[in-house]
Amino acid sequence: MTTPPLPMQGAPPPGLLDGYDTGEFYCEMVNGAARDPRIAQILARLTHLAPEDLRRRADIAEAELYNLGITFTVYSDRDAIDRILPFDLVPRILTAAEWDQIDRGVRQRVTALNAFLWDIYHDRAILRDKIVPDSLVLGNANYRPEMVGLDVPHRTYVHVCGTDLVRDETGGFLVLEDNARTPSGVSYVVENRHMMARMFPDLFDGIAVRPVGDYGMRLHTALTEIAPSGDAEPRVVLLSPGIYNSAYFEHIFLAREMGVPLVEGRDLIVEDDRVWMRTTAGLAPVHAIYRRLNDEFLDPDVFNPDSLLGVRGLIDVWRRGRVALANAVGTGVADDKAIYAYMPRIIRYYLAEDAILSNVETHICAEPEGLAYTLAHLEELVVKPVGESGGYGIIIGPRATAEERLEFREKLVKDPGNFISQPMVKLSVSPTLAGGKLSPRHVDLRPFAVTGKSTWVLPGGLTRVALREGSLVVNSSQGGGSKDTWVLE
Amino acid sequence: MSGQSQSQSQSTAPSWREAETETSGRSRGGPLLLSRYAESLFWLARYMERVENLARILDVTETFVRHGADQSGWLSVVQINADEARFLEKHDKITPESVLRFYLSDRENPSSIAACLFAARENARTLRPMISTEMWTQINVFYNRSRELAAEDARPSGISQICDFLKEGCQFHTGITEGTFFRDQGWAFYSIGKNLERGDQTSRLVDIKYHTLLPSVRDIGGAQDVNQWHALLRSAAGYHAFRRVYPSGMTPAAVAGFLLLNHSFPRSIVQSVHQIEMHLTQLGSGYGLRGANEVLGQLDDLRAAVMGPRIEQILESGLHEFLDWVQLQFINLAAAVADSFWRGKESVGR
Repeated sequence: MTTPPLPMQGAPPPGLLDGYDTGEFYCEMVNGAARDPRIAQILARLTHLAPEDLRRRADIAEAELYNLGITFTVYSDRDAIDRILPFDLVPRILTAAEWDQIDRGVRQRVTALNAFLWDIYHDRAILRDKIVPDSLVLGNANYRPEMVGLDVPHRTYVHVCGTDLVRDETGGFLVLEDNARTPSGVSYVVENRHMMARMFPDLFDGIAVRPVGDYGMRLHTALTEIAPSGDAEPRVVLLSPGIYNSAYFEHIFLAREMGVPLVEGRDLIVEDDRVWMRTTAGLAPVHAIYRRLNDEFLDPDVFNPDSLLGVRGLIDVWRRGRVALANAVGTGVADDKAIYAYMPRIIRYYLAEDAILSNVETHICAEPEGLAYTLAHLEELVVKPVGESGGYGIIIGPRATAEERLEFREKLVKDPGNFISQPMVKLSVSPTLAGGKLSPRHVDLRPFAVTGKSTWVLPGGLTRVALREGSLVVNSSQGGGSKDTWVLE
Repeated sequence: MSGQSQSQSQSTAPSWREAETETSGRSRGGPLLLSRYAESLFWLARYMERVENLARILDVTETFVRHGADQSGWLSVVQINADEARFLEKHDKITPESVLRFYLSDRENPSSIAACLFAARENARTLRPMISTEMWTQINVFYNRSRELAAEDARPSGISQICDFLKEGCQFHTGITEGTFFRDQGWAFYSIGKNLERGDQTSRLVDIKYHTLLPSVRDIGGAQDVNQWHALLRSAAGYHAFRRVYPSGMTPAAVAGFLLLNHSFPRSIVQSVHQIEMHLTQLGSGYGLRGANEVLGQLDDLRAAVMGPRIEQILESGLHEFLDWVQLQFINLAAAVADSFWRGKESVGR
């Protein structure tokens, strides 16, 4: 903290970026400005903006998100309270070259994930060749024996994938995790852009940003590509758990963008080897289902018998190719944090290529040397439980007290197979409005890949920002917000 | 979501397969409509219409009581909604404050404005994939603002502004819907719900007012009596129109006849029945929904009863009995719509 200068009569008013100091971290804006003159131009525009102007725009944006219902809803006994995902008006900007690496890297990763899933549910060559330990796959809670021997169209299992990326202090991208089940957040990518266009049109002046508006059409195309052939115009639906789900807004958004019905389990019925939806004109056939329901709720005949959210008999007709399901069942084994550690080897195994996007160095506590290393370096490492999401159960060694580390050590020794550890990545920062000026806050990036016959990556992605000073946790459940993500043409 | 409890249980689907032949996903008059959406549209419209009517009734009751100093006006609000038992569970006696609290902000009372707006918004939330963004945003903002208002202590002196706000919110909704909602099957279900509720509300209004405000035949025509009929007409937004039709005089028969049977008055039962019939016909012949014909059959008696007789004949054979019968017809009609389009029936032709 530098001492602020003595105020003088006639001095310029304080600017948004006065005292902005990113320390040891890579700054998306300041370091980005050195990589592309257009980012420098945006930075200059922000520098000249009056703090109260940005504050005013931010307030309007927040009210609009609330009124438009771009929200998640928290239900209590008698009430429904809408909450918004905080939105920061300073965009996160990626150059065309940076995006090129991400685009290729994500497509490579999705290709490898699909090859891996096909293999473990068919030949298991990768297990035979001892690239990945048997137990990690066959003993995985998300491994689905029901999938063995099943062929899915185009061998695509992961139709929608969200790949979480972070940036280290050199500006290099690293993969933090894969989300191959039902990743959410893409609605914010598109809605954030709409909001920026309304609130900050002057920031875009003369700068070509790649559009994100065609995500719905791309997804719809992928779903028609996997629908059983023979129907001239396949009917696609989005299967949602309903209005009580925290991602319901996203389900609405995607159904609207695709122009398809948003259905719940009770709207569908399986009869005569087909899936039908109940309409005012009777039963109508359904050919492809984009499901935003976890595996275990899909079909009470196969999974959780108490599920009221799913459709009885769905898995059976799906297995017989009468309806398409995206994502496929059983993808959770591939995005598990334990499998993650093997992804560079998995990519090399199937594609004979090196990973375009590196992993964060990962120690597998299930392996003796991984556990030994983790225990010896606990104060330097981030230790995560496998199979959890939402940032829960993590310990950040350098931030934890000696007592917390001691307590965690016991948990770790008791159940080492449940943990992986990684060095603490110095996550990049982005200028973010906090208390009337811009301050560096840590960000990550989740690009979305859509795969039918082939893979397409939405040029942009969800930038999540940890709004608390110094915080590295970007999850919305723990004080995270989001930013618009620009990919320059 | 009262009124929708039926759908919560797993129902048997209508088993006819008309839609099956439509491989393109389009029925004759546009895209297919999910049964659950039809139900939500029907109830969204009903709840919004109910809120508007209730606001009208509270507003006019306050005016009426203020001028007439007769507290029984507040009792009639409770009676009109058949809420006597539920009201007395929570309140010892009828006071302006207790009735206002019961109907404005009490979420435990399913016929309160707070409960209806909540239900309307939850239906709108379900419908967000198909209603316009403007519709959703207005309902959302309206609902949130109404919660703030309800939190303020509602006193009789402030009731007029609150009711104005509520009526305007509902009318804003009606206008946005008229101007932005896509005119496919969904519009017909929405309109049937709206008109069904409107007809039902008008019949309740006339019923209660006619009996509680008319002490005996001998009092008819007194200053107090005329005042009451004014209030009744105003609560249905029909006073000025009535005056145009009947420039002089005001008899109970004329008022009741106007509110129930006038073909041009938008809140009359005749108008409601006419609108419902029109939209059902559209569902049947325009969209090819077979279920519409059964519901239309259900409408025959009601149509005959309101299109045929003059008000004098109805009064002679008993207005209250007539209105009870009308309300029963509306209830049966709503059940027929539900059975035909979303509640499903046991194994038709299976």
